[in-house]
Amino acid sequence: MTERTTALYDAHAVLGAHFTDFGGWQMPLRYGSELAEHTAVREAAGLFDLSHMGEVWVQGPDAAAALSFALVGAFDTLAVGRAKYSLIVAEDGGILDDLIVYRLAPERFLVVPNAGNAALVAGELTTRAAGFTATVTDASAHTALIALQGPRAAEILATLVPEEDHEALAALRYYAALELSVDGAPALVARTGYTGEDGFELFIPDTRAAELWDTLLAAGLTRGLIPCGLAARDSLRLEAGMPLYGNELTRDLTPFDAGFDRVVNLAEGHNFVGRAALEAARDHRTGRRVLVGLRGEGRRAARAGYPILSEGAVIGTVTSGQPSPTLGHPVAFAYIDPEFAAPGTPVQADLRGKPEAFTVVETPFYRRTR
Amino acid sequence: MSTVAPNLKYSAEHEWLAAGDPATVGITAVAAEALGDIVYVSLPEVGDTVTAGATCGEVESTKSVSDLYAPVTGEVIAINQAVLDDPALVNGDPYGAGWLFTVAVTAEGPLLSPEEYAAANGVAAP
Repeated sequence: MTERTTALYDAHAVLGAHFTDFGGWQMPLRYGSELAEHTAVREAAGLFDLSHMGEVWVQGPDAAAALSFALVGAFDTLAVGRAKYSLIVAEDGGILDDLIVYRLAPERFLVVPNAGNAALVAGELTTRAAGFTATVTDASAHTALIALQGPRAAEILATLVPEEDHEALAALRYYAALELSVDGAPALVARTGYTGEDGFELFIPDTRAAELWDTLLAAGLTRGLIPCGLAARDSLRLEAGMPLYGNELTRDLTPFDAGFDRVVNLAEGHNFVGRAALEAARDHRTGRRVLVGLRGEGRRAARAGYPILSEGAVIGTVTSGQPSPTLGHPVAFAYIDPEFAAPGTPVQADLRGKPEAFTVVETPFYRRTR
Repeated sequence: MSTVAPNLKYSAEHEWLAAGDPATVGITAVAAEALGDIVYVSLPEVGDTVTAGATCGEVESTKSVSDLYAPVTGEVIAINQAVLDDPALVNGDPYGAGWLFTVAVTAEGPLLSPEEYAAANGVAAP
């Protein structure tokens, strides 16, 4: 398969990025030290190219109803200007993707799926919206997405926003979005992210991406902003206790397995694809492995795929894990047998034949204080 | 710093060997760069016998774990405690402060010259 590149590929190359394949895309893994990039986001700000993510518009009089049928949540009650985290499942309840839905007007929604699932989600939305007065448009190929994340993100973004919009920008709430002029042209500015810090995601036409990327880097130069790759994005999201599709969320798991009970709306009258299977899944939880956080008691990290043991018996599997740069000890997500899932339960990770002590803990592992 | 240092021998598994009595072993800048930020190193113990081509430790970065292979056979004379305490030394100075252990060599494994190692990894020769 030919790997796709974003509109910012040349900008990354100039910055000396190490590239990696991710969801069929050539994306920056890191520019210099991934630990420095991670720390920059925790302490100042980081800039991410997320243009590989999908952007699918659902518009029309029945747009809200179509999304409520296509996804596990209800969207008629989502306020204009707000965003909602949701999941799309198959008829059998298996998770096809996790995504964010923005309502930008009463009849206009933007759905943002993961890169590797964007085409599948666009196709499913099209199929599932067929009975509704709504159009589904996959704009992924010509939409760029740049994330500006970190405690100084708001201050950096404000330098590119007209004075009269500063108040609106400052008032923008977490999981909300509005259209603003950024660096002299319209952008959809969302206060969302995948890092556990304050921050923004900027949706723009890909023809503008390179210029805005450079302008943002220049605006942040004296404020500690550096470009960040997917390595830092992964360590930041793991510390923040956020799942990654393909690791914690897969086609073989239901939202209940992943602990996303509150994302699934099983209210009477909410008919959606997969509802019958999810009702059954909710009522038959017994014995199913559950997603937990683990803290390493030693220095060695448990990695995706490593077995979790109790008294020598395999009781689970790690889905994501690495040393936490912020906390200074290993952290991991794992699916484990429910009788071991209580916080404080001691378990072992099989680190390539050597058992190492881990403890079940609450997630997120890291929560920002400011 | 150049990616491949002169006056060293190299294994295909990215260890370097500085001849001497004892000889010094480390991992190359090529390997350190590919691994990313190194956060944990496990080394053989002083007095252990390492065997050329066999694993003798681990190098763990934020993203992955790699085996450490002994480039030579012999007894471990010293290990670099500073690297165990601060694994980032390997990234910062892989051919200097980031050395890993010394060994009284009884036999060498198959080793490459700096030019051969550079060519095998598509980087500039020293």
